[in-house]
Amino acid sequence: MLPLARRPRRRTGGRVQHLGRALFVAPAALYMLAFYGYPLVKNLVMGFQEYTTRTFFTGEAPWVGLANYEQVMGSPIFGRSLVNTLLFTAGSILGQFTIGLALAVFFRRTFPGAGVLRSLLLMPWLIPLIVSGAVWKWILDQDNGALNRMLRATQLTDARPGWLTSTTLALAAVVMVNIWIGIPFNATILFGGLQDIPDELYEAAALDGATGWRAFRYVTWPLLRPVVNVVLVLGVVYTLKVLDIILGLTKGGPANATQTLATQAYQLSFVEFDFGQGAATGNLLILVSLLFAVLYLRLSRQREQG
Amino acid sequence: MTAPAAAPHRRSARLAPPPPSSDGTHERNTQMPTPRKRVRVRQVLAGACAVPLVLSACGGGSDAPSGGSSGAAAVTSLRVLDYYANEPDNTVVQQTVEACGTQIGVKIEREAVPGDKLIAKVLQQSSSKTLPDVLMLDNPDLQQIAASGALAPLDDFGLKADGYQQGVVDASTYEGKLYGLQPVTNTIALIYNKDILAEAGVSVPTTWDELEAASKKLTKGDRYGVAFSAINTFEGTWQFLPFMWSNGGEEKDIATQQTADALQLWVDLVKDGSASKSVVTWSQADVNDQFKAGKAAMMVNGPWQFPVLDSVAGLNYDVVPVPVPKAGMTSVAPLGGETWTVPQTGDKARQAAAAKVVACLNSDANQLALAKARQTVPTRTSLLGEFVAQNPKMKGFTDAVQTARSRTGQLGPDWPKAATKIYTAMQSAMTSGEAPLSALQQAQAG
Repeated sequence: MLPLARRPRRRTGGRVQHLGRALFVAPAALYMLAFYGYPLVKNLVMGFQEYTTRTFFTGEAPWVGLANYEQVMGSPIFGRSLVNTLLFTAGSILGQFTIGLALAVFFRRTFPGAGVLRSLLLMPWLIPLIVSGAVWKWILDQDNGALNRMLRATQLTDARPGWLTSTTLALAAVVMVNIWIGIPFNATILFGGLQDIPDELYEAAALDGATGWRAFRYVTWPLLRPVVNVVLVLGVVYTLKVLDIILGLTKGGPANATQTLATQAYQLSFVEFDFGQGAATGNLLILVSLLFAVLYLRLSRQREQG
Repeated sequence: MTAPAAAPHRRSARLAPPPPSSDGTHERNTQMPTPRKRVRVRQVLAGACAVPLVLSACGGGSDAPSGGSSGAAAVTSLRVLDYYANEPDNTVVQQTVEACGTQIGVKIEREAVPGDKLIAKVLQQSSSKTLPDVLMLDNPDLQQIAASGALAPLDDFGLKADGYQQGVVDASTYEGKLYGLQPVTNTIALIYNKDILAEAGVSVPTTWDELEAASKKLTKGDRYGVAFSAINTFEGTWQFLPFMWSNGGEEKDIATQQTADALQLWVDLVKDGSASKSVVTWSQADVNDQFKAGKAAMMVNGPWQFPVLDSVAGLNYDVVPVPVPKAGMTSVAPLGGETWTVPQTGDKARQAAAAKVVACLNSDANQLALAKARQTVPTRTSLLGEFVAQNPKMKGFTDAVQTARSRTGQLGPDWPKAATKIYTAMQSAMTSGEAPLSALQQAQAG
């Protein structure tokens, strides 16, 4: 909607035309209000209420002020969930972005079979997350998982790491699976960004002696920056709220080793039916996401101007 | 169905729930003389309902003007909601409920949803005032739903739970009033592979020491001695309860030596390799898969696994109660199973009819029939002797049920919080090497 707003306004119409324009906007505005505005406001309000199973029958949700936030932030799990959320997000983004960028640069070259390989890359994106979770759970199983069987076959180690059962490895394992899921998104968007960089620039750089790493450093990276910003910020917002893959793999365990704000909010609302506390946790998560969303908007504005 | 034809038509069409009910599943046994006409009326009404659906004007029979004054004769159909969505339970329950409907003279409109969707559905119906006339609940959920005010005390309809297993009654009672009647129950016990034990010369363990020794001896190659579920969900808590309770542990304060000793047993079984480290990620279905595949010689599990186990050719298994801390002690297992309730729909006549359905589902004959068909145990203790005589395979579970406890008997609606604490402590003791007592203390404080 931003570019539309920018367009210089033609001063040909009066009130009627204004109304006409408003009517065109109305469906979108109504849709946004009903499906984004209402849930958001409802969730914010719920965070200040004692909202339990009782509320559904009686319709009463007593106002409790900040009590939910105090409970949620005061619980011993909160610190852990917050740290896990940050580690999970940072680890996932780092892995997804680096591998995604490497693959995108790799696929700039044309070679036989490049198209097929590039479409294969999209596979993790095409598989439902529930399925990915179940399959990865098998692969990572300690006793009979494919990964540990392969490790044994290499004869390098006799150990069978408990990818999902050890408190030290579980978070790393979950991050690893999430990286696998996130690579297609990063690679595809970055690949698109690379296509926009004219070949002449590389030719000119080559004449000046900049090839390989130097070409990447002084041609590719600066011109790709706006796309990189968008990919990173969107990636962070998507990753902060990841729920399905963690539930599928570890359900936040073992011993809360992979508990994040998202899984915690789910647990409070839909397992313990304390919707007030669940909403409070969700709101904290929204707050963190919001910071990144604002960052995204600013960056995309810069990009348009730049 | 001796009432004039016109009235029931109108009424049943109006009371039919909107689109889902038109799948025809309960058209089967209709005794209406003109089914086609009835369907058409319903279609028209369903269409008319589509628009004001948001206003819940056509949501169901609950907000209908009460037919109470005109007497129970006006009730011609009842809505039933349960989570027996899978076969064979689905058919068994459908037939039993329908037979009860016929006996009382009402048509049954039953809906079955998947187990994990039931509470969400009930909460939705609670807020839109479209609760069914007869509602099945998993027994540990009853007190929480009763606390919300959505259920009618069964005492109002003259129903009593005399002669029922005490734990079952506790689970269905909230603040001194009975809200549900549970025809059958189940629990968990030790299921063992007879061939593997015989081959290894191991006798069936009855105490914790014997369990540890047997598990160790049965562990060979990629086969573990014992399997159980220590997952970080209520399932893990449920599996731990027989160990905790048999040793005198209590859910109101888990930071006790008794509970710590029980936890130590699980920690030791995993530590010396008699049980897989993966138990912390296994659900009960996963545990059953391990046992079924011969990768575990014994397992803690419930009778609902029998159909799967029986489908494996050459698998000989038997059941004994979960081993106790020391010889001579009593095994105390948790009670499972579902209880039938009458929601507060505001229509006294329909509620009275619904209570009759609940009573019928709990008749001696139905308890025995449901227990046999669904691999469960009757809740009326006087029936147990007859039941075991007819179903010798259920003896281990029937023995376990007699001394079993309900999860919500002590804490009521606060049970979910305690259950979360129990599996949290369990997981930190089993995976991060935390001493059981201190893990329990931390969880209790959290």
